[in-house]
Amino acid sequence: MIRNDVAITPELVKEHGLKPDEYERFVNLIGREPTITELGIVSAMWNEHCSYKSSRIHLRGLPTKAPWVIQGPGENAGVIDIGDGLACIFKMESHNHPSFIEPYQGAATGVGGILRDVFTMGARPIAALNFLRFGEPDHPKTPHLVSGVVAGIGGYGNSFGVPTVGGSVGFDKRYNGNILVNAMAVGLARTDEIWYAKATGVGNPIVYLGSKTGRDGIHGATMASAEFDDASEEKRPTVQVGDPFAEKLLLEACLELMKSGAVIAIQDMGAAGLTSSAVEMGAKGNLGIELDLDKVPCREEGMTAYEMMLSESQERMLMVLKPGMEQEAEAIFHKWGLDFAVIGKTTDTLRFVIKHGGEVKADLPIKELGDEAPLYDRPWVESPKLPVIAPDNVKAPMSEAEALLKLVGSPDQCSKRWVWEQYDHLILGNTVQTPGGDAAIVRVEDGPKGLALTTDVTPRYCEADPFEGGKQAVAEAWRNITAVGGLPLAITDNLNFASPERPESMGQFVGCVKGIGEACKALDFPVVSGNVSLYNETNGQGILPTPAIGGVGLLDDVTVHASLAFRREGEAIILIGASQGWLGQSIYLRDVCGREEGAPPPVDLLQEKRNGDFVRQLIRSGQVKTVHDVSDGGIALALAEMAMAGGVGAEITAFPEGLSLHAFLFGEDQARYLIAVDEDVAADILYEAGAIGIPAVTLGLTGGDALILPGQQAISVKQLKAAHEAWLPNYMTGKA
Amino acid sequence: MKSAVIVFPGSNREGDMVRALTLAGSDAQKVWHAETDLPKGTDLVVLPGGFSYGDYLRCGAIAGRATVMDAVRAHAARGGLVLGVCNGFQILCEAGLLPGILMRNANLKFICHRQFLRVERNDTAFTKAYVKGQAIDVCVAHGEGNYTADEETLKRLEGEGLVAFRYADAQGHVTQDANRNGSMNSIAGIYSTKLNVLGMMPHPENLVENLVGGTDGRGLFESLVSSFSKAA
Repeated sequence: MIRNDVAITPELVKEHGLKPDEYERFVNLIGREPTITELGIVSAMWNEHCSYKSSRIHLRGLPTKAPWVIQGPGENAGVIDIGDGLACIFKMESHNHPSFIEPYQGAATGVGGILRDVFTMGARPIAALNFLRFGEPDHPKTPHLVSGVVAGIGGYGNSFGVPTVGGSVGFDKRYNGNILVNAMAVGLARTDEIWYAKATGVGNPIVYLGSKTGRDGIHGATMASAEFDDASEEKRPTVQVGDPFAEKLLLEACLELMKSGAVIAIQDMGAAGLTSSAVEMGAKGNLGIELDLDKVPCREEGMTAYEMMLSESQERMLMVLKPGMEQEAEAIFHKWGLDFAVIGKTTDTLRFVIKHGGEVKADLPIKELGDEAPLYDRPWVESPKLPVIAPDNVKAPMSEAEALLKLVGSPDQCSKRWVWEQYDHLILGNTVQTPGGDAAIVRVEDGPKGLALTTDVTPRYCEADPFEGGKQAVAEAWRNITAVGGLPLAITDNLNFASPERPESMGQFVGCVKGIGEACKALDFPVVSGNVSLYNETNGQGILPTPAIGGVGLLDDVTVHASLAFRREGEAIILIGASQGWLGQSIYLRDVCGREEGAPPPVDLLQEKRNGDFVRQLIRSGQVKTVHDVSDGGIALALAEMAMAGGVGAEITAFPEGLSLHAFLFGEDQARYLIAVDEDVAADILYEAGAIGIPAVTLGLTGGDALILPGQQAISVKQLKAAHEAWLPNYMTGKA
Repeated sequence: MKSAVIVFPGSNREGDMVRALTLAGSDAQKVWHAETDLPKGTDLVVLPGGFSYGDYLRCGAIAGRATVMDAVRAHAARGGLVLGVCNGFQILCEAGLLPGILMRNANLKFICHRQFLRVERNDTAFTKAYVKGQAIDVCVAHGEGNYTADEETLKRLEGEGLVAFRYADAQGHVTQDANRNGSMNSIAGIYSTKLNVLGMMPHPENLVENLVGGTDGRGLFESLVSSFSKAA
């Protein structure tokens, strides 16, 4: 019988984030009152962040398989086959709550955690991306949070040595009390050198690697599973501190150790640290785990078993080694100046046994800690359907030229150069498309292959119609990859939602996940990894539903790709896809008319696929080099972005009859692309499109140094650029 | 030409450097910081970019005192060529091989962007393939690239023609706007007195291929390789 020094009171149970019925379930499972260490362990394993207890039941509907998928959800990261014996390993994960409390370290350790997830599987990280949402610009905390988060992401990634090649930054009052910091990492491995968390063999040594364990981050995963209130600042001590230098050493040491053949299984210590990593390795391998905490390298004296099991100190790994390889492995870690300690062994008991100071501090059934976590089918209600807003019901409050100038310099649509210039996006020498394109492109090693990478979601669509919004998030990621010439292969999803205990927000989750599933199926774009972040709310105010999608696509020949910049004068500008002037939930309606109304644009997945496949084939055959997808701000904003990127203007002369100009220019109908090509090629493309029923129409010609919209005053490219580049730097220096 | 690219814990552009050297025709190999000797026949030593020792004391301070640095100093004393880029430049300053120091950027932020440099002289082993006054397009990626030295040192560097590159616009004009990190006299790189040691903040090794930004950085590596093919 284990000695129990601390009485487990209902208050203590509550402080550990367990509901009374959850605690009761645990007591029934182990047949006695738990020790304080055991209570800590179960709180870490059964919180929302680690157990997915509210979301699991709905995630089952997502498509996760395809012939090119090597590993779907459930491991540290997803793995896809990209040919030539190479695998792409990637995942996105949130670090929302820590980043709100301590923006620099919260964001930095978010990057560190996701990089570790990728190299734990044997991949060398080759690119990082992120998805960031902040509160409204006028909120007093916003500039401080932007500044800290961006510096943290840069501070970690730059030092580690991975190019941060893409991302998304936006503002909305609904994130005032709960920002979103989602980090994505993409790595490369050989398909026959991928490492998993599943332990095998009885009596094999369990090895602790990396930095020492301290008292930082205790209960981080529990914090991530609770809503915020005004006292949240007091949780600052639960935010971990990152050390990118240690992580870089850990990467090199792990990859070297994997090459040596000494590794059986490996798991990084992320959320819930030693507890979660050890339980996962054992549970996946149907083995017990016995740990002797006296052997754990600690940063400070007198740490208790409870603290060691719950510490979220960064840059640590747990491995099961082949017996007899300890010395060789230790030599590699000491070369890199990192801690290496055998702290336990695998057993055949299926128990998770923790010893410290000669005493057993915990003895729990290992499978049940994971598999028997509570599973909830929480009540949810469908979001009410919003009316479709007819184009005629939106009056233009200003000229189209004025509206465009306003939008290019608005917080959400302005250039994010101030952000991505703080990220080293050029290291490794493979960044073919730098930030600012539809999707980033990185070359794979020395070529010829390349990867197209993007992060997308339109939260206001998800709020207005979770199902269509979920579809649209996937479709936009697919479209962005297509627009550079990539074949979309798979996604990672980072599902950021408010409290699952409120039926309205649970309904948003359910709707978005259904939409994501439907789009993934239709577009052959499976989910291979992901993360669920719930309880994103403060004082009862939830965030916009924000299922961020990280997409990965393949370019067989990276030299054949498209970018959004107009290249030369006199090219025909062709719009691919149908336009009906959809202004509901558009940026125009919100930022020009001041109305947040209506149903968002529906996504016709068949059209989406057909139009995208057509555009991709035009790029791949070398006929088209200039492509931009049409999204926020519609055709007008897309044209402006193409003109600014290339420094070449355009004149738009044609627009469809029966549609008001502002609805045509700013409508956000889906499945559309703008391309620019030589006039003689244009005729062929229009013919080809017509033959297979794809809407395609010439809008005008590139040229000059201004963008001229039909019947509008010319806006010089210089003027557009000035407005586009000004807002963010001015805002951050207090001038906006 | 045989080059040795020194790898410190925290170096992270060593692969980029080896790739650029190899493209130019050099036999480039990585050398671990704990080595006491350079590989036999080393013509060029390169200290690559990165965050050696996490930049935790001062940038380059710990690496500047690493075991291998004695061998690098001896190589330089013999007139051997040494190139330090970014963190490598910081290390050369800390190791006493070049004067001055790299301070925090003027805006106190890490900055990564494309940048033109004016080539101040083209009669050195590093810049023969360029034209004097040419503007070359490279990239910068640093938080502490703000070159600072005392008045006397600056005077000497300028007087002896030891400034290798200055931040400039696309036409090669040295302007205040082009000098984003706030370096004194817009200095992006300097030579040692004997012109055999070059330290520079920007990364020529990241602009050696048309697919990835351009080829303006190639000239530096081709200059180095050609110095040796002619000498041999």
